[in-house]
Amino acid sequence: MESSELISKLNNILAQEFEVDVAKIKPEANIKETLMLNSLDAVDMIAVIEYEFGVKIPSGEYAHMKVFSQLYEYMLNALKN
Amino acid sequence: MGIYSCIGKNLDEVRESLYNGKSGIVFDPVRKEMGFRSALTAYLEKPDLKGVLSRNQRVYMPEQAMYAYVATAEALKNAKIDQDYLDSHVVGLMYGNDSSADPVVKAVDTMRAKKDTTLVGSGAIFQSMNSTVTMNLSCIFKLRGINLTVSGACASGSHAIGLGALLISNGLQDMVVCGGAQEVNPFSIGSFDGISAFSVRESDPTRASRPFDRDRDGLVPGGGAATVIIEEYEHAVKRGAPILAEVLSYGFSSNGDHISTPNVAGPTASLEMAIRLAGINIDEIGYINAHATSTPVGDAQEAKAIYNVFGDRRIEVTSTKSQTGHEMWMAGASEVIYSMLMMKNDFIAANINFENPDEDSAKLLIPDKRIEKKFNTFLSNSFGFGGTNATLIVRNID
Repeated sequence: MESSELISKLNNILAQEFEVDVAKIKPEANIKETLMLNSLDAVDMIAVIEYEFGVKIPSGEYAHMKVFSQLYEYMLNALKN
Repeated sequence: MGIYSCIGKNLDEVRESLYNGKSGIVFDPVRKEMGFRSALTAYLEKPDLKGVLSRNQRVYMPEQAMYAYVATAEALKNAKIDQDYLDSHVVGLMYGNDSSADPVVKAVDTMRAKKDTTLVGSGAIFQSMNSTVTMNLSCIFKLRGINLTVSGACASGSHAIGLGALLISNGLQDMVVCGGAQEVNPFSIGSFDGISAFSVRESDPTRASRPFDRDRDGLVPGGGAATVIIEEYEHAVKRGAPILAEVLSYGFSSNGDHISTPNVAGPTASLEMAIRLAGINIDEIGYINAHATSTPVGDAQEAKAIYNVFGDRRIEVTSTKSQTGHEMWMAGASEVIYSMLMMKNDFIAANINFENPDEDSAKLLIPDKRIEKKFNTFLSNSFGFGGTNATLIVRNID
């Protein structure tokens, strides 16, 4: 999957799941603030990504992700391997 | 009051359905494919709460919490209570609920298939617990009084109202949001179907629930949610509340007997306790809303209990379950609302499908057609598995 294709698909899935405007999901945007995630909702983000992409993000990895560019980077690496 | 039921999504629709004897029962082909003995069920759409509640609120709600939200929003509006009021007063919440099977089954299916608990999602735990309705409603409406689910099988809703009234009469709360909720899905009642409790009159769904009729062959499962706001009288007067009626008494008992087969002594004790505590003459009761679910044994035992207490007084007795099926954890609350709608509109809904009495129901006055009648006090029975019994007596306030 091309990186632009992955990013677009991921953004759309997250926007739909968390009911936010997809235009607000940008590489430099804060994940929690943009998706309005509390500590419980983070589980839903990890779950929806695993369902849609087959990529499991360990909670330790997720804890280090602040902005979407970090999430994109993790996903691209995971899908490459 | 507020309600979301198979015979209407609000009080106006439900009043019309009661008046016209409309049934909410259908045949559900999905249940047949699942191997159900009876595919009969009440039918109601799930409310669409997108745009009403946030995703973060909805994700914790199973269907019965959604029904309860709609019913409670209607009840609060009718009681002239807005969010500002709830934010500035201590209001309690006591709701009947005794299962949340659908989210439990789905979570277990996911865990078994995926071997990964994360994939169950954040909402599953809150949807799965028996107290799901009260935990959701208390957070959505920001309630800060008692916050408690009452699980008393098919008498849950009645016990919730009765206990709420006791809290008020003891000065512990000024206002309590009370009610009952019931999920409507195959998983929640599959095991109930398994014990042959349901009617198999599948060729004629609207005639399957026939409480007190000689040819009844079992209950039909129903559901939804019903909410009543109960409040200390002077408190209600002071804030200019539209006061509809007074909870005169709450009777209760336990059969101390068989887990599923009801007896006569237990319900009789509940009825007698309610009448004694109401402090009224028995002749003041103008209508009895029976628990009668359309099972052969249950209806007969209740008919005997009512006859034990009321004798030959010939007060109209009906079971609204003839129209709604058995709304189980919700029934005690919804049937208070059905009775209230009749009392406020001067009619008694027909016990539809009552065509031939049996030996016990013949001793009661059971109208098979709607009658126009003004009454000011009613009695409502709810009985449940394990032999839990509750009786409420309610008096009109104009």
